[in-house]
Amino acid sequence: MTTPTPVLRRRVARSLTYLSLVGASAVVLLPLLVVLLTSLKTEREMAAGDGALTLPDNFLNLENYVTAFRDGEMLAAFGNTAFILFFAITGTVLIGSMAAYAIDRFTFRFRKLVVALFLVATLVPGVTTQVATFQIVDSFGMFDTLWAPIALYMGTDIVSIYIFLQFVRAIPVSLDEAARLDGANAFTIYRRIILPLLKPAIATVVIVKGITVYNDFYIPFLYLPSDDRGVISTSLFRFKGPFGAHWETISAGAVLVILPTLIAFLLLQRFIYNGFMRGATK
Amino acid sequence: MPQARTTHPSHATERAARPQAAAPRPPTPRRAPRGARLRRGLTPWLFLAVPLALLITFTYAPVANMLAYSFTDWDGVSPELHYTGTDNYVEIFTRPELFRVFLVSGYYLAASAVQIALALYFATILSFDVRFRNLFKGVLFFPYLINGVAIGFVFLYFFQDGGTLDSVLALFGHEPDRAWLGTETSANVSLAGVSVWRYLGLNFVLFLGAIQSIPGELYEAAELDGASRWHRFRYIIAPGIRPVLSLSVILSISGSLSVFEIPYIMTGGATGTETFVIQTVKLAFQFNKTGLASAAAVVLLLIILAVTWLQRRLVPDDRVDLV
Repeated sequence: MTTPTPVLRRRVARSLTYLSLVGASAVVLLPLLVVLLTSLKTEREMAAGDGALTLPDNFLNLENYVTAFRDGEMLAAFGNTAFILFFAITGTVLIGSMAAYAIDRFTFRFRKLVVALFLVATLVPGVTTQVATFQIVDSFGMFDTLWAPIALYMGTDIVSIYIFLQFVRAIPVSLDEAARLDGANAFTIYRRIILPLLKPAIATVVIVKGITVYNDFYIPFLYLPSDDRGVISTSLFRFKGPFGAHWETISAGAVLVILPTLIAFLLLQRFIYNGFMRGATK
Repeated sequence: MPQARTTHPSHATERAARPQAAAPRPPTPRRAPRGARLRRGLTPWLFLAVPLALLITFTYAPVANMLAYSFTDWDGVSPELHYTGTDNYVEIFTRPELFRVFLVSGYYLAASAVQIALALYFATILSFDVRFRNLFKGVLFFPYLINGVAIGFVFLYFFQDGGTLDSVLALFGHEPDRAWLGTETSANVSLAGVSVWRYLGLNFVLFLGAIQSIPGELYEAAELDGASRWHRFRYIIAPGIRPVLSLSVILSISGSLSVFEIPYIMTGGATGTETFVIQTVKLAFQFNKTGLASAAAVVLLLIILAVTWLQRRLVPDDRVDLV
């Protein structure tokens, strides 16, 4: 190659940049788009075997969705997931904000030890301890009830405590003191001052936790084996058996599960980026 | 958003603004009565009771139990168990089929390296001025938010005979007749590829956040000095994201060791794709070898703790700690 002019070089670099971005987007979107197309095909079209990239004959063929929703018991799954989400998130918000309030606003004996306990717990991956956690959950009689995942999601979420801690620290202590002069006790201060001012933190925790719980497979898979206690993940996983090679039905199920996430993402983009960033970098 | 106005009678700031408030204050006793002092000491514990109880029940008790089980031959069900010393640990490190799962992690580790490099590249180019920036950012990040089971199915269809991948290759006139998930190497590379597809977005967003928090005047100064893009990357961006980079490396290593979802959903651990966690889950919940599974879990926990400790030693964190 001869040395090109700077202008040409910049133009080539720019094109390559865009080319790599478009290529990456294609790699991300193509598998998803193909599954969307597949979900709209009839059984006959699938049997014809024209390959994965052909368009469906009728873009409004929603039959597979009906099959997936009805035979895949997706309604029960969405119900169970909603139930778990509601209690797990409420619990996480209360527990995380209470712990953060106590750690940040009080000086007490063993405070350092308490902080260290929470710190060290972040290093223990939940995946490894399930062997023994299972016995504990079982001894409480929670096995195969929706309370098992709720308790585990609430009890092992140190990240949320961190997020709350950062926000509690930013609330001026003078507010607490002023309220105390007015005769408010610690609980009133928590309820009337800290919690209302934690709204942005609560929004962050609700979103991050919500997506994490909605997507979790491992815990429901271990603790909710019964058919009627399926959540989104485990119910979709059970498509593998009865729908074996019916890719049009399996695809419809997958699209049904992905859609709520897509809608949430489009509506809450900014919160989601910040939330996961905070969560990961602690 | 805090409420702008409250009609609450005891509006705090109003009072605080007049420190010499005329409120007659009761004469302070020399020492608070015992009950009050006790109550003040108890207050934080009231707030901590539930969080600590859950923390101990679901994190510390399992770890302690796991350690205890790992020295026994317990099956998780029967009332009797025998103390077997370090037999379980010896078995893990000497039985080749138990040890082989560590090699599978190698595929995911290699994939992590590719993933971090790609994430760094995309974060860098998207931190410069690019059209449709938010669109590209969203597209790259979205896979991280998708349910793992759905991803598993999407890619089962992607790799299957006559599926997405074969069809794309056929467009380019390439007609390979091979089962992508059929041989050990090919299956593991495919699954590790899915992992990259899934997790690239998180790395990328972390790097992007770190790059954007580098003060803008540094760039301006570099531009005035006529630094090339490469130099800007080398001397401004790279040092600025070192903490996030080391965090990503840690997450990648512990992630590579504890892979479970994607291989379990897609292949169930068949054709040599069984990972350490799949094996542990099978030992514990299919073969009722709680003792052996606990030992395996302890080994994994120790490796992850060691890696984290190493990282803390090698890359001292200059952020202020919690306390």
